[in-house]
Amino acid sequence: MLNTTDILETINMIQNDNLDVRTITMGISLLDCADADIDKSCEKVYNKIYRLAKDLVKTGEFIEKKYGIPIVNKRISVTPIAMLVAASGGDPVKYAKTLDRVAKDVGVNFIGGYSALVQKGFSAGDIELIESIPRALAETDFVCSSINVGSTKAGINMDAVKLMGQVVRETAELTKERQCIGAAKLVVFCNAPEDNPFMAGAFHGPGEPDCVLNVGVSGPGVVRAVLAKMPKDATLNEIADTIKKTAFKITRMGQLVGSEASKMLGVPFGIIDLSLAPTPAVGDSVAHILEEIGLEQVGGPGTTAALAMLNDAVKKGGVMASSAVGGLSGAFIPVTEDAGMIDAARNGVLTIEKLEAMTAVCSVGLDMIVIPGESTPETISAIIADEAAIGMVNSKTTAVRVIPAIGLKEGEELEFGGLLGSGPIMKVNMKSPSVMINRGGRIPAPLQSLKN
Amino acid sequence: MKAVITVIGKDMVGLLARVSTTCAEANANVLEVTQSVLQDYFAMIMIIEIDKMNCDLDELRARLAKNVPEMIIHVMHEDIFNSMHRI
Repeated sequence: MLNTTDILETINMIQNDNLDVRTITMGISLLDCADADIDKSCEKVYNKIYRLAKDLVKTGEFIEKKYGIPIVNKRISVTPIAMLVAASGGDPVKYAKTLDRVAKDVGVNFIGGYSALVQKGFSAGDIELIESIPRALAETDFVCSSINVGSTKAGINMDAVKLMGQVVRETAELTKERQCIGAAKLVVFCNAPEDNPFMAGAFHGPGEPDCVLNVGVSGPGVVRAVLAKMPKDATLNEIADTIKKTAFKITRMGQLVGSEASKMLGVPFGIIDLSLAPTPAVGDSVAHILEEIGLEQVGGPGTTAALAMLNDAVKKGGVMASSAVGGLSGAFIPVTEDAGMIDAARNGVLTIEKLEAMTAVCSVGLDMIVIPGESTPETISAIIADEAAIGMVNSKTTAVRVIPAIGLKEGEELEFGGLLGSGPIMKVNMKSPSVMINRGGRIPAPLQSLKN
Repeated sequence: MKAVITVIGKDMVGLLARVSTTCAEANANVLEVTQSVLQDYFAMIMIIEIDKMNCDLDELRARLAKNVPEMIIHVMHEDIFNSMHRI
């Protein structure tokens, strides 16, 4: 039997605490679309995506109405496009434009997979794709790009890291009239997950089935609201237990939505990504959860420990609630998308160095950080290398999504609007790493024993 | 199958009548009604049977919102509550 308290709890979570399903993302393999002629290949790509995803938005909206749960985004991820470029040759931007066109025609708001996996080295198509990223992101609206430059098994491809520093900067330069938005759609990964439903890093890995539906749940507001009701002398075990229970409930909702959508679309259900993904909306902030745990402001001492506990408790609660968990799963800390992080960055409490420490214990990396326009490509490459090293050594996913604010200086702000939010330019240490970055080569994979 | 209607806001005369009339027009049988005052606001929860309804849940919600504009109304399929609160 349904009981009143449970019903009102669910309603309250949705109405007051911004509980929502953040995204249903359809993963589509494009391997069978490869053709020696790039125009034919693009046509096949368009047709396959359109055929499989034409009802995605409609289905999402139907489920939203049936259960009264907002599903904020409907998105598509595809096979890394570099694999198609390898077969077809030609200008990779043609693929980006095809993806953009089909995304608009089926009504999704992002399409991810303008990607290459180069953790050990470049194969055919990889360099061409990477070099085309700035143009591809400047000339399209919905396409997202990601590059995997390292992994625990392969080490870090420092040639790719060097290249990506230049690409990130050039992408920002080409879109400087639009708040450098291009760089906000570009992620550099280490240990990239193949089934991640969250943008901008989503792509459909080559080990995935032909078509699959992945769901990303959210709910930082719910966790914060539950913690706010706990007494100030509750122990951290009690806090962790409460987070676990809340994560369980949130994930069950995602599981329901995912299985319903996969049934309606006739597509297998892949995974649930049980991440706490903040939005700039008031009350929907991961930083505020950390402050609710007991920090004066996020970025101060204790932040890393609080985040480690939060991240682990979210995973523990979510794992039992779902048939299959994957993707990034944990707490996200994108600066410009989180009201609490923006505040802490504005008044200097939160620094890039602290964020880097936080990424060692949470699910992503240096995410949505606005850096000064004068940052050199080498500096950006070095930030990427540092972050990739954390991921490589700790066997976890890390990523870098920094936005060089071309023409702006420390203290000024970029304003993206929507879910991407806005943020102040954060201070970057400008000591030059250029000799190291220009060496190129590879950082060998780390030892998996003798762990100290 | 069942759905849950929740009506939240300030109590007033004729509320139950207006909500149940709207349900009757949609051919939804009312199985259970509970009312409570929670955190200073009035909450009515109604469980209805939706198998023989002549419109979908969204349409019912729209009609309720039109007929009872003073209150916050949610109409949700029961599965969401079952999956969130039962193992």
